[in-house]
Amino acid sequence: MKLDIGRRHFLKVAGIGGALLASGLWKNSVIAAGDDFVFLQISDTHWGFSNPQINPDFAGTLKEEIASINTLKSPPDFIMFSGDLTHVTDDDQERRKRLTEFRKVIAELKIKDVRLMPGEHDASLDEGEAYKELLGPEMHYVFDHKGVHFIVLDNVSDPRTVLGEAQLEWLAADLKKLDKAAPIVVFTHRPLFDLVPGWEWYTRDGSEALKLLMPYENVVALYGHIHQEHHHMTGHIAHHACKGSMYPLPAPGSVPVKAPVPWDPAAPYRGLGFRTLDAHVKPVKYDLTEYSVNGEVMK
Amino acid sequence: MRLKRRAVFAVRLAAIVLVVIFIGSFSVAQEKQVIKVTAKKFEYSPSTITVKKGVPVVLEFTSLDRLHGFDCPGLGIRSDINPGKTNTVEFTPQKAGTFEFHCDNFCGTGHDKMRGTIVVTE
Ligand SMILES: [Cu+2]
Ligand SMILES: [Fe+2]
Repeated sequence: MKLDIGRRHFLKVAGIGGALLASGLWKNSVIAAGDDFVFLQISDTHWGFSNPQINPDFAGTLKEEIASINTLKSPPDFIMFSGDLTHVTDDDQERRKRLTEFRKVIAELKIKDVRLMPGEHDASLDEGEAYKELLGPEMHYVFDHKGVHFIVLDNVSDPRTVLGEAQLEWLAADLKKLDKAAPIVVFTHRPLFDLVPGWEWYTRDGSEALKLLMPYENVVALYGHIHQEHHHMTGHIAHHACKGSMYPLPAPGSVPVKAPVPWDPAAPYRGLGFRTLDAHVKPVKYDLTEYSVNGEVMK
Repeated sequence: MRLKRRAVFAVRLAAIVLVVIFIGSFSVAQEKQVIKVTAKKFEYSPSTITVKKGVPVVLEFTSLDRLHGFDCPGLGIRSDINPGKTNTVEFTPQKAGTFEFHCDNFCGTGHDKMRGTIVVTE
């Protein structure tokens, strides 16, 4: 199965950093196929965070988003929470409590196909022990959905900010089974490329994973961690960061020391939200739609 | 016979070379600035490290609790800091100035505030 047309098409869209995607202009060129589907990415919910200067609605923001997702006009097939489900705590018991509460809160989602992955706040301090116990057992895994191969990588449970040898070998073995034209979506918490290494907005051995992915023609990488929308290309691979759901972070490298952006009473929930991706398999293409916390489409 | 003499010569030569290397390294070691740095949640001690430009530096890191990191992009040096062992970083500062460093292995609630500076004097 060759999807050359699809790839060129996708490149054109991905290359302009999602601006066109958000505008809706591309829609005329879409060749509808029966297998198209929608999935949703939500990230960095940081359950347990409690600084009212940064987010006075720290206990309500996620619930509001869930209500918005539950009333979406075209509901997604599945939802992916791309890490930092909970906010860091140095107390192992408190971490368990937050992970358990998070699970309870998201049980309100009407869509039951919900997929999770850890961020460093969930899993770095105990190398994923509590996460695996309460939300796991897997922290890296693959699944297929309507012709798209999804690969979830874990670049957080090893506190050295790496994927590690074993996971890279596992990735290589998984990729080997695929056609070079297979549609692949990679989920990571941190970016695989060097966005701002000094802020740990990178993966120390991320280039190894990208090297393995490079021969595949239809790869898109989705991540969180940076709490803002961001689009970047490494070769033909498009990387899209999702907004956070608790507090925004400054633009990459824009300030000397990275710190949460304080709440603006004039623009509550600014910079927070989730996104949906309209997956087209023939040709391979993903249309991104960004939503605010209350479910408005962001223009 | 000739072979034996050659062997003896070779051994003597090797011994002389070793002695020269040993003395050489000893005098270099004398000049090195060796600084012990401890890391714990969420600070380095000392957090300001002062060294001289042009003189080799050895930073000897130990962690008092968990895994930490040391990343000083301005000087192009980094290391993990593991508990229960010493991680060393060797470098020779080529320019005077103040260089920030920070922990780059996520270590907990105060991770983002775990930082320090290296001051290189003329
Ligand atoms: Cu993160
Ligand atoms: Fe986060």
